[in-house]
Amino acid sequence: MHDLLVTDSVSKNFGDFTALNKVSIRVPEGSIFGLLGPNGAGKTTLIRIINQITMPDEGSVTLDNEPLADHHIRDIGYLPEERGLYKSMKVGEQALYLAQLKGLSKSEARKRLKTWFERLEIGDWWNKKIMELSKGMAQKIQFVVTVLHEPKLLIFDEPFSGFDPINANLIKEEILKLREAGATVIFSTHRMESVEELCDDIALLNKANKILEGSLQDIKRRYKTNTYEVGLVTSDEQRLKSLLRERFDIFPAEFKSLNDDLKLNIKLDFNETSNDLLSFLTNHAEVNHFNELVPTANDIFIQTVKNN
Amino acid sequence: MNHLGLVIRREYLTKVRNRAFIIMTILSPLILIALFAVVAYLSQLNNNKKRTISVLDETSMVREALQSTDNLTYVFLENMELEEAKTLVRTNENYGLLHIRAHDSIAQIAQGIKFYSEDSPSLTLITEIESKLERLLTDLRLQQEGVALNKLKSSRTRIDIGQESFAGEKTSKIDNVIKLAFGGFAGYLLFMFIIIYGNMIMRSVIEEKTSRIIEVIVSSVKPLQLLMGKIIGTSLAGITQFVVWVILGGVFMFIITAIFGIDMGGMQNQQQELVQQALEAPEAQMQVQTIISSIYNLPLTNLMLAFILFFIGGYLLYSSLYAAIGAAVDNETDTQQFLMPILIPLILAVYVGVFTVIEDPHGTISTVFSFIPFTSPVVMLMRIPFGVPVWQQILSLGLLFATFMFTVWFASKIYKVGILMYGKKASYKELFKWLKY
Repeated sequence: MHDLLVTDSVSKNFGDFTALNKVSIRVPEGSIFGLLGPNGAGKTTLIRIINQITMPDEGSVTLDNEPLADHHIRDIGYLPEERGLYKSMKVGEQALYLAQLKGLSKSEARKRLKTWFERLEIGDWWNKKIMELSKGMAQKIQFVVTVLHEPKLLIFDEPFSGFDPINANLIKEEILKLREAGATVIFSTHRMESVEELCDDIALLNKANKILEGSLQDIKRRYKTNTYEVGLVTSDEQRLKSLLRERFDIFPAEFKSLNDDLKLNIKLDFNETSNDLLSFLTNHAEVNHFNELVPTANDIFIQTVKNN
Repeated sequence: MNHLGLVIRREYLTKVRNRAFIIMTILSPLILIALFAVVAYLSQLNNNKKRTISVLDETSMVREALQSTDNLTYVFLENMELEEAKTLVRTNENYGLLHIRAHDSIAQIAQGIKFYSEDSPSLTLITEIESKLERLLTDLRLQQEGVALNKLKSSRTRIDIGQESFAGEKTSKIDNVIKLAFGGFAGYLLFMFIIIYGNMIMRSVIEEKTSRIIEVIVSSVKPLQLLMGKIIGTSLAGITQFVVWVILGGVFMFIITAIFGIDMGGMQNQQQELVQQALEAPEAQMQVQTIISSIYNLPLTNLMLAFILFFIGGYLLYSSLYAAIGAAVDNETDTQQFLMPILIPLILAVYVGVFTVIEDPHGTISTVFSFIPFTSPVVMLMRIPFGVPVWQQILSLGLLFATFMFTVWFASKIYKVGILMYGKKASYKELFKWLKY
């Protein structure tokens, strides 16, 4: 697949402090790309470099195979984590201004804004001042302003913070719709459950270095331990356990079930498959529950950062 | 992409529509005019007060010198002791008692004059009486010494040295005064403008940071364009306000005079009389003619052009410094440490202008300071009436505008780094470090 955005060995120093150290990422076109990492890892610096707010000391960034240039401003929509709006300006006026800064004509911007405002049911806010709106309301406006010029690349930095669950969901749906429409999304967050839900690819930054990159599926496959969660019914639990122990590593497990089962996590050798385990189990007990343990993004995140 | 126009438009419109701005624009001239009206009214009251002064003149010599006027009556007491006179004046509630002690020599008389009153008397009144008595006693003494007064008066000679340049251009002292007045006026206007609107620009630069919209904005507009737009937009709003002030000031003045019948010129009435008297004298007419002709003699086109260009240049330069301060800080409370140094070069410029340009308009110091961008708007404007070669004016202007561009660039650099340094307080040391990023 074609990569929309490529950073090549990008480094950035502030005095003695290294914010980014030779970071290379590839963001495939039409994907939702999770840029993850603990606080201070360098995510925001990288995003600012992509937005041309600051220049890298070394390395290059290309968008659609072209080195970043001024005119790319209109190809990118950016919703920063530190966000706000002019407090004393009216909603409509402000949205028009910001849209024009992104290169839209006034009439086109007005037309698109009307559509968006109707869609998000905020049409009657047009003449309100920002200071009359609640935080969540202001965030909706910010979202609309970010996507209004229909950029190729959207960058969201913690987009859900400050939203109630209903609005967060609304925004999530909109992000998915935008991807359907062909946009590429970079998504920077700490909230791993939204990474699971949304991201196709991820890159993990820690202490200025990229320590992991790839499609979320591949990474999960790489991190899986060939462990299965089972719920069994048998007359002699002790015997079954010792039988299992001869062939596999077993650990006690915790999960919810209707029955009073024997709950175990069973780790297989890498050359054995789920079928091997299943046929072994059906010979000795009744299998009520059988589930492969896939590492969550959260597990991978914590584990990689710790090991780093 | 060029967003300068958009930024200017927004800055201008938000400023002009701001409620506080509108209120100040309308209220300021009103308050000022009201203040003037009150002062005028009060001083009129004061002037109309009738005063009576009793005079106990033991010498019987001063009666002719102290003539009563509309507001001031002199009552001459005869054959009375000082204590008696004091009691009388007090019971009559007179303004005061002037006591002139009798003596053989006029010099002794002069030393024995006293004024008694309830409160300390008005300074102008005392000065007036003093000068009247002084003239009288001096004349009397001269007569005693055998000097003929009419001869003395007729032999008094006035000298006014005519000045002319080798090229045949006539100049005069009045000329120089007018030239300096022009420079002083220009400097004062610049000073006012910078103080009133510089802060406004600074606040406007901080606005994006306090409202946290900064990252969205700088991802669409280059900081240089943003700052330039803010400076120009705010300046235009300032000019609008200033023009409204001038117009409203005139209108309010007219209305108040018409409605309340307070003669705003009342304060100047006496001065007008004086001026009229003076105008009737032939030498004064000559002087007025010199003033008019020396105004005509000034290089007027050059002056107007230079005034506009240097004023704009100087104002832009100083406002870009305010913008740089705004760029360096996160909120207004942190600006104090940077504000003071800005006005120092401006004050220096006025000093240089007043003290060296008068003495030697084309001397080394005047010339050098008329090229340094921070002082040139004032000093060069003061020099131009005395004739400055065009190349010097152009060079100075070029330097001024180049420095302005540089400071805006510098400010935008600070602005850019400031975004990345969230929460870090800007100090001079920090700023210097930022420049290297």
